[in-house]
Amino acid sequence: MRDYTVGGPEAATAAAKGLVEADWYKPNIDRATMKALMARSNGIAARDTVIWLLLLVCSGVLAYLSWGTWWAIPAFAVYGVLYGSASDARWHECGHRTAFRSRLANDVIYHVAAFMDYREPVSWRWSHARHHSDTIIVGRDPEIAFQRGAPLFATFLDLFAVRSVFFESKKIFMNAFGRPTTEQADFQPAEEMRGSYLWSRIYIAIFGAVVAWCVVVESVLPAMFIGLPMFYGRWLMVVYGITQHAGLAEDVLDHRLNTRTVMMNRVNRFMYLNMNFHLEHHIFPTVPYHALPKLHAAVADQLPTPHRSIWHAIREIVPVLARQKKDQSVVLARVLP
Amino acid sequence: MTESRWHQVGATDDVMRDDVIGVTVGETAVAIIRTADDRVFAVDAVCTHGRASLTEGFVDGTEIECPKHNGRFDVTTGDAIASPARVALRTFPCRVDNGCIEVQL
Repeated sequence: MRDYTVGGPEAATAAAKGLVEADWYKPNIDRATMKALMARSNGIAARDTVIWLLLLVCSGVLAYLSWGTWWAIPAFAVYGVLYGSASDARWHECGHRTAFRSRLANDVIYHVAAFMDYREPVSWRWSHARHHSDTIIVGRDPEIAFQRGAPLFATFLDLFAVRSVFFESKKIFMNAFGRPTTEQADFQPAEEMRGSYLWSRIYIAIFGAVVAWCVVVESVLPAMFIGLPMFYGRWLMVVYGITQHAGLAEDVLDHRLNTRTVMMNRVNRFMYLNMNFHLEHHIFPTVPYHALPKLHAAVADQLPTPHRSIWHAIREIVPVLARQKKDQSVVLARVLP
Repeated sequence: MTESRWHQVGATDDVMRDDVIGVTVGETAVAIIRTADDRVFAVDAVCTHGRASLTEGFVDGTEIECPKHNGRFDVTTGDAIASPARVALRTFPCRVDNGCIEVQL
């Protein structure tokens, strides 16, 4: 299996091949159209955020009122997905600062969603910047979620955030004691570590308070609302996430070969904030989520045919991940226009 | 040391309002920004964070956003104002003379 360690031996190989901070393929699109697509708005993101938070509060109230009955299961299922999965797209969009026009609104929702998504907010900004610089470049990209040859069981465990919470907790505890992880030191400037140390301590304090609350009231209920949803509500984010890059090429400078767009219905697009147009997002990260369908229409003739559904994408991906367990040279090829 | 001088780099009509174009002066890639209120600014065209051309970026008031990582700079001062941008851009004196944009470099 390749060594996916960020800053590991593959990083030097990537640099030698000219894959680091390189120029990537871009489709042709006229500047006036692009300028219109990049335009920011507070209204659309405010509407979507209010709907998301209202749904979260309503499902939370129902979950609270039904605690102790079987009705709590569907209520917490909805609450958990809104908390543990929908937060991921909000963290992501506000991290790019494209969701709202207001930087303050982006930053506030970024921090709220990062907490719900269990991502230490400073290190993930830098991690994601690297992911956009060197997308699926082995040894450089810290966000290669589906590594060739990795056990499929690990992906299954990730539906319940087992691995991701373990690795994030390790980082948060190290940061809380003033130490970066080896990989973090590769993509995050030393001057930016203090922010990670601070937020790690804040996260530990909050989770410690929730545990104390549970002990005092002799119930797991407080943790069912804060903390545990990242386990029981994470699965939908993993389903969306697997469609982004899994099974596609590594070490290429063309997002059309390592990123996919998948058509989704309106409910999924709301939960995922249009990140199903993931290929378009990677090529043009300055385009806000609400303009991605228009961007897709503008450049579709220069991109591979998108998958028609999540199921259509997963049917392509899972067999390839299974084959990569035995033969890591297996890759999903893309037909380029 | 070479003395700086004014260079004609194009007409104001070459740049839409609230937008940016790229020009090359000597060996220096320069981004020319025209704001919505019709002021022009000149800054280094390459982002100080990643190797991306700001000439493909997004202009919002007097800020320009890098097209690759969404870092932001104030084009009036060159200051980096949003991460991952941390290092200021070089700025160049810029003026409009009879519809022509001139940069001092």
